[in-house]
Amino acid sequence: MKRQAPELIPGTKLTGKWHGQTYRVIKKLGQGATGTVFLVESERGPLALKIGHENPSITSEVNVLQRFSKVQDVKLGPSLIETDDLKIGDESFAFYTMEYIRGAPFFSHINKYGKEWGSIFIVQLLGDLDRLHQASWVFGDLKPDNLLITSSPPRVRWFDVGGTTLMGRSIKEYTEFFDRGYWGLGDRKAEPSYDLFSVAMVMINIAYPHRFEKGQAEGLEILTERIEAHTWLRPYRKVLRTALLGRYTDAQLMKKDMMEIISETDSKKRFSSSTKNRMKQGKQFKKTEGKRGNVWDAMLAASFIILASVLYWVGQLM
Amino acid sequence: MSVATLRQILLITDGCSNHGEDPSMVASLAHEEGITVNVIGILDQGSMSQEGEREVEQIALAGGGISQVVYTKQLAQTVQMVTRQAMTQTLQGVVNKELQGILGEQSEWEDLPPDQRGEVLEVVDDLGESVQLELFILVDTSASMKTKLQSVQEALRDLSISLQSREGGNLFTLSGFPGKRKEIDQLLNWTPKLDSLTNVFRKMTPSGVTPTGPALKAALNQMTKRKQRRQLLSESSGGEDVEEASS
Repeated sequence: MKRQAPELIPGTKLTGKWHGQTYRVIKKLGQGATGTVFLVESERGPLALKIGHENPSITSEVNVLQRFSKVQDVKLGPSLIETDDLKIGDESFAFYTMEYIRGAPFFSHINKYGKEWGSIFIVQLLGDLDRLHQASWVFGDLKPDNLLITSSPPRVRWFDVGGTTLMGRSIKEYTEFFDRGYWGLGDRKAEPSYDLFSVAMVMINIAYPHRFEKGQAEGLEILTERIEAHTWLRPYRKVLRTALLGRYTDAQLMKKDMMEIISETDSKKRFSSSTKNRMKQGKQFKKTEGKRGNVWDAMLAASFIILASVLYWVGQLM
Repeated sequence: MSVATLRQILLITDGCSNHGEDPSMVASLAHEEGITVNVIGILDQGSMSQEGEREVEQIALAGGGISQVVYTKQLAQTVQMVTRQAMTQTLQGVVNKELQGILGEQSEWEDLPPDQRGEVLEVVDDLGESVQLELFILVDTSASMKTKLQSVQEALRDLSISLQSREGGNLFTLSGFPGKRKEIDQLLNWTPKLDSLTNVFRKMTPSGVTPTGPALKAALNQMTKRKQRRQLLSESSGGEDVEEASS
C-alpha cells in the first residue's frame, strides 16, 4: 500500500506516456498526503506538476480540478493543464500539470506583516468559499498549508484542492485540528458549515501557530478557553463560536460578521490612538503571543490606516 | 453490478500471534468468502518487532485488505483512512472485473487513458458513498494492549463519525480476544452506530496469549453465518434485507 511517488531530482527530464510532452524538473515545491508537487519547465513555460503515490487519488484530484475549471469564472484554485502517466520501469505513476501560482506560504506572510493580515485573508477566503459552495462543492481539507498568498495586492489563493468534495458526500481527506469530527462538534458530511468550522480553526491557528490537542476535556470548552485567552481572537469570539457550533450555513453571513468586527476594532484603535495600550497588552500576553519588539508594534499600528483602505477595497471588489 | 454490501474485518493488535493457527491463512479464507481483512498494528512508542510487523502485513495481504502500523496518537485518522481505502480498493476490483468483461482480460482501469480513468473513478466514488458496509471489529485485548484501549475506543468513535457521514448504511460489531472461554467475546452486538463505547473494554480480562488466528476464524464464522441466515430469510420472505434504499 505504501507506494511512494518518485523523487525527481532537479534537472531530470520526463516525458508523459500518453501525450508525449516533455518536462524538466526545476525544484520540489511541496509534499502532500497524496503526492509530491514539483516546479517544472515546459513548452508552455513554468508549470506545477503533481505526481502521486497512488494513481486513483491523482485521478480523483484531476476529476475535482476538471469540474473546478467549469465553475471558474473567478479563479478559485490552480487551473488544470494536462494529465498523463510517467513510466519508471514496470511501474506507472499518474501525474498532472497545473498552472504554477507564485506565492508565499500563508504563515510566512503573516509572520512578516502581522496577524492583522489574517483577518483580511479570512474575509477573502470566505468570499471564495461562498462561490465554491454556490457551485455545490465543499473544500474539505482547509488549512493554512493548503493556502498561498500572492503578492501585490496580497490575496489568498488555494494551493491544494485535492480534498474538495461534492456537497452531500462524506469528507475523506482532513487534518484533525481543522476537522469538526475530531473536536466532537459534528460529522464529516460535506456541507458549507464543515468548511466554516475549518475557517474558524484557521483563525485559531493564526493565534496559536503551534496548534494544540484536545486532551480530555470537551472540544468546545478547550476552544472557547483558547479564544478568550488571546487578545487577537477575543474580538471575534461571537463569530468564532457561531462557526464552531456549525450555525453559519452560509459563508456570506460569516463574512459579513467578520467585516463588521474588523471595521469596528480598527476604528476604535484609531480613535483612541491606543498604541500604548496595545503595547501593554502585548506585554501582558507575551506568553501566548511570543516576543515582539516595540518597533514592530508601532509599525503595526501605522499599518492599520493602510489596512482600513485595503479593507474598503476588499469590500468593493467582493 | 452487484455490490450491495461490503464486508470487512478490522483487526487491531499490538503484537505477534502466539497461539493457534496461522492468521494469514484464515485471512485468505475470509478473502475467498468476499470479506476483506484490514489490520492495524498499534504502538505506544518505539517500534514493533519485525516479526509482528511482518505478520500485520501478511494478514492484510492475504485478506485483500490494507495494513498500517501506527502510534496511538495517529490511530483515529488511520482507522478511518484504512477502512475507506479498503472499501475503494474492493470496489475498484469489482469495477476492474466489469471492465475486463468489456475490454478483455489484460485491461485494468489504469490501462485506460487518463481522461477516461476519471469517469471510472467517479463510479467507484459513487459506490463508496452509497454502498452498505458491514464491519466486524476485532480488538486484541491481551495484557500489553491495556494502555492502548482508550485510544482504540476513541478511534472507533471517530470511525463511526466518518462512516455515518456517508449516504450508505453501516453495521458494526465489536469483539475482543482472547475471550474468557471462547476465542472471542462479543463486546457490542451489530449496531448502526458506535457511540456507546464507554467502558466497553472493561469487561475484558487481560491475558498473556494472543490467539489471533483462532479469533479471526471465529469472526469469519460469525460473518458467514450471518450472511447465510440473511440469504435464507430474504429467500423465504424478503424480510430482513439490510439494503437501504438510498437515492
